[in-house]
Amino acid sequence: MDEIRRRDPRREWVARNRLHPEHARALAEQGGGATSEWLGPQGVMRKNPHAIGFMGPNGVKRIDRSGAQQGGRVSGAAHQAALDRRRIVTIEAPAFLVAVVPELSGGRLSSHDKDLLGLARRLADADPDHPGAVLAVVFGEHKEDSFGEAGIDRVLHFGDEAYAGFAPEARLAALMAVERELAPRHWLLPDSPLGGADLGRRLALRLGERPATGVWQVEGDGEAALGWRCTARGAAESLDIQRPLPRVALALSECAEPVDETRHAAEPLSLMAAVPRALSRIEDLGQVAVDPAGVALAEAEFILSGGNGVKDWDAFHHAAKVLGATEGASRVAVDDGFMARDRQVGATGTWVTARVYLAAGISGAIQHLQGIQSCDKVVAINMDPGCDMIKRADLAVIGDAGEILSALVAKVEQQRGGQRDAA
Amino acid sequence: MRPEEQGVEVVVLVSVGRHPITGRARRADQDARGLELALGLEARLPGSRIGLLHAGPHREESESALRGYLGMTAGTGLDSLTLLEQAEGADAIPALAEHLAAAPPQLVITGARAERGEGSGLLPYALAEHLGWPLVNGLAAVEKVENGVATLLQALPRGQRRRLKVRLPAIVSVDAAAPAARQSAFGPARRAELEATPVAAELDLELAEWPMVPARKRPKRLKIVKSASARDRFKAAAAKAEGGSGQVLEGVSSEQAAEAIFKLLREEGVLPR
Repeated sequence: MDEIRRRDPRREWVARNRLHPEHARALAEQGGGATSEWLGPQGVMRKNPHAIGFMGPNGVKRIDRSGAQQGGRVSGAAHQAALDRRRIVTIEAPAFLVAVVPELSGGRLSSHDKDLLGLARRLADADPDHPGAVLAVVFGEHKEDSFGEAGIDRVLHFGDEAYAGFAPEARLAALMAVERELAPRHWLLPDSPLGGADLGRRLALRLGERPATGVWQVEGDGEAALGWRCTARGAAESLDIQRPLPRVALALSECAEPVDETRHAAEPLSLMAAVPRALSRIEDLGQVAVDPAGVALAEAEFILSGGNGVKDWDAFHHAAKVLGATEGASRVAVDDGFMARDRQVGATGTWVTARVYLAAGISGAIQHLQGIQSCDKVVAINMDPGCDMIKRADLAVIGDAGEILSALVAKVEQQRGGQRDAA
Repeated sequence: MRPEEQGVEVVVLVSVGRHPITGRARRADQDARGLELALGLEARLPGSRIGLLHAGPHREESESALRGYLGMTAGTGLDSLTLLEQAEGADAIPALAEHLAAAPPQLVITGARAERGEGSGLLPYALAEHLGWPLVNGLAAVEKVENGVATLLQALPRGQRRRLKVRLPAIVSVDAAAPAARQSAFGPARRAELEATPVAAELDLELAEWPMVPARKRPKRLKIVKSASARDRFKAAAAKAEGGSGQVLEGVSSEQAAEAIFKLLREEGVLPR
């Protein structure tokens, strides 16, 4: 839709004149039902109080002044503009570079990465006259398409097969090539076990720097060499160490606010010189299939949890096996002796961090709900539609837990069998 | 060539830990796990030898903590610990690197982070850089050692494991995923020996300069809703944390319910293929 609004004074007049034969049509053209406000011929806003509001469910006229009901007349383009109101920033000639190596767990920027990029933006934008650029060094395949929204100006992608999996030596060689060619002022990495904790320490020692690890706060400081001072966690989280920010810093999550007001260019970049091939003394043989029953409950990714509503426990164990889920239980199931004590989820048991939590026959006592606070997706199967677990769940099914689990098992087995036949 | 399993020479680097609540000296949790791993290796590969190595000041408090490790080795024939004696506040890395370079073992096992001092977790990396050895972090188990190549299991988040092959000599660091340490026996710990050798100390001047204070609680991040409309901001502020946004299926057959759950599990990618 075009941005220029054209007025048709005659149409407006027809729409105002209730006795005009074309009144209804003019109204419909102007905007869904009666207009309540219009600009009068003298340039004064006119209001029709009778046209405000809508008929409520009981046949009573309701007026919602919050503005929520008014909508409808916003053009598509204007609506789009309201949605991405982020300022677009392009840094053509950066004064310096801040290099970030995101961990990209699952191929996407994690919240830890976004916090780190927020910190990188703070370092880069400290002097508005000479802004720096944030350079992201990305290894392996990724599925992320919003690098710009996260505050990245330049992206350097090493997509080669040699950088996939656990390849610290190859990655370190690539980072050293970046250092030689681009010489970033800061190197920032997430202090997370899978990503930067390992690579960042290797990089710092290769650069001959003493890195700051576990950084959670960064403040400006004119006396420090790089102009920043940081607070780092040390001695098993029991000490706060204040020190000048070194060139290499490994930061904890929530070290800064993620970028949300600007959109950056995320221009792809490539190195002039080829990265020298490092001879690797570590060979990655790939992930090992682990038995889900052996995974500690606190770190399991997918938990099938049973409570009082589960009657057939053999079928429950079978379902957990077929689904590849780690087993959990509510307090009642543990007290009744159906499950071991170390499988109890909740305030008195284990606080779980599963991505998917499937609760069969658990009504959701407050202690249990506390234990599953940090779960992403909760699926509940329960007979009682009013219980607390249903309110917490992302997908809730009202029905018998045993029946639905057996149907689910049949479905999964059938799917798997079908695949095998096709193959 | 027939793959041949022979014993390996292992050095476990141990440190003085800090009890998280009382703050007293104790055997460090991760280092004790490292020693446990080494003891398991010795039980499986006959002919292996384990050495315990610590660099730091020789004081009464640290001695009782170090004897905690020696109490774990009761019945294995290991009853001494090499102590590189240094002044308080000295850098342990050069002393350890020199000692390891003089008599290189095949495998060095350390904890990931110290429980005292800076605790930056840099020591294994610094040693690897000094000695030029490969390093593997987050070790969960040693599967086998043959012909100078070790097959290891590395711990990944969420209980997952990755299999790696590393050419020896190598440094491995362990964290909470390694097997839990056995109990320490008091008597053997008392009778064991500490072989103290004074070494030249390089003081860590940088660390001494930095102010250190007991860790304060990190501020919780507030949930800030940036929205143009007052209604949206009010709704976000007044809403309960989990406000029934979920989908509820009522009065459906169990097949339909299973279908919906299956779809969600498939989308989340948790079902095994």
